[in-house]
Amino acid sequence: MSEEIKLMKGNEAIAHAAIRCGCDGYFGYPITPQSEVLETLTEVEPWKTTGMNVLQAESEVAAINMVYGGAGTGKKVMTSSSSPGVSLKQEGISYLAGAELPALIVNVMRGGPGLGTIQPSQADYFQTVKGGGHGDYKLIALAPASVQEMADFVGLGFDLAFKYRNPAIILADGVIGQMMEKVVLPPFKPRRTDEEIVKECPWAAVGKPKNRKCNIITSLELDPAVMEKKNLHLQEKYREIEANEVRYEEIQCKDAEYLLVAFGSSARICQKAVEMARAEGIKVGLLRPITLWPFPSKVLNQFANQVKSMLCVELNAGQMVEDVRLAVNGKVKVEHFGRLGGIVYTPDEIIEAMKAKIM
Amino acid sequence: MTEEIIIAGFGGQGVLSMGKILAYSGLMQGKEVSWMPAYGPEQRGGTANVTVILSDERISSPILNSYDTAIILNQQSLDKFEKTVKPGGTLIYDPYGVTKEPTRKDIKIYKINAMDTSIEMNAPKSFNMIILGGLLKIRPIVDLENVILGLKKTLPERHHKLIPMNEAALKKGMEIIG
Repeated sequence: MSEEIKLMKGNEAIAHAAIRCGCDGYFGYPITPQSEVLETLTEVEPWKTTGMNVLQAESEVAAINMVYGGAGTGKKVMTSSSSPGVSLKQEGISYLAGAELPALIVNVMRGGPGLGTIQPSQADYFQTVKGGGHGDYKLIALAPASVQEMADFVGLGFDLAFKYRNPAIILADGVIGQMMEKVVLPPFKPRRTDEEIVKECPWAAVGKPKNRKCNIITSLELDPAVMEKKNLHLQEKYREIEANEVRYEEIQCKDAEYLLVAFGSSARICQKAVEMARAEGIKVGLLRPITLWPFPSKVLNQFANQVKSMLCVELNAGQMVEDVRLAVNGKVKVEHFGRLGGIVYTPDEIIEAMKAKIM
Repeated sequence: MTEEIIIAGFGGQGVLSMGKILAYSGLMQGKEVSWMPAYGPEQRGGTANVTVILSDERISSPILNSYDTAIILNQQSLDKFEKTVKPGGTLIYDPYGVTKEPTRKDIKIYKINAMDTSIEMNAPKSFNMIILGGLLKIRPIVDLENVILGLKKTLPERHHKLIPMNEAALKKGMEIIG
């Protein structure tokens, strides 16, 4: 039987998808505009059905370190927050990356800097794809543009995290978190048994049997020669992810003379701008990066041979535009259009910006 | 068919829940729907608004600069949204919260005394359903039976006894809009 179509907020979809994908534990702390994730989980009470643990920690720092602990035992664990809370988690995220632990982090972005505003923003792009925490590490970053993708990317995020032993992040914003749309939730997948975890995660700290050495979960290595090797291994893994996991969507790009580049909620608004501009006879397309890291650089470089210019539309002062420019490498003009501090542009404003900046 | 609607008024007037019921009704009718609230502290006492889109096609942007229909429940919202109605579009307002009447000549304007009527009906909480009934009379985008199904989906089971009252309010709204 096909699954029922439901209407829900993006944040609610995250919570339901987590329960359904066999998640073992959620650790969070409330913050607008993502509080419905924790609220929905506590309302549904999955500990009574699947056995999934849900815990409101005393702080974001505690929550991310609980994730570190859970992930170290091979469990499927996650946390979610919004921008200021995700800043607090950065030390823990760097440790997760350093100890090569699979985990899922969700950031439903709001305007900053500092405590900022509770309205939508995409100003945590740099934090997400360029580091955020310290050290040479990468997060697999997925940018949902619909409530359906909020649901789908939970399972996908966990799959990628375990495949590469690397933390994954869903980078959404207040629009996608708060809006309601149709969604078909993923089918129920049972939580893995202890035996299955031992088999799938031979590195996990699950109690030492006699037939192997201790599994030690740590990011610390005081011998620089060994630490360099460890870093080289991480870099090799990142190159593999870059080769295999780039995801993007092309919208009306085939005959495009101009290209908009946008992710998440901005891509939705740009889609409307594309429809309106095409009605005026302007041949514009939209390239939507779905993975922000690994970034769809190759396809953008190819489009630079086809289009006259590109406009990167993002709810920040110009962040992803740097990656678009690197990808295009000077072949065509790449400009940026953004609104700041929680203001969201309308489709009209995007068309005006397009005409003023790249046509 | 695509209908792009803004509903705007005071927090506590049932703006967001009216939008939610409309969105659920669209879902019951097999349409694509989106519901995008202005969220945050404005829900509690300040102005509240929600954009609802019902369409036969995939919806692109949940955020818009102009609307087919505006439902306006206070003066601040009228000042903000009267100019955003598309030429030829529809504006529905309750004069209870409005001191300066809408002035545009290129849109269709309807008045609905929902606040007064809800008090007369001794059911002030069904205010937003009177408005929704008025909207559906003017713009029959969803069938009444699907609105009732939508109500069943949005209301918790313990409140299902309130559905007949809401149905009466919807029908009253259809009668009194003018």
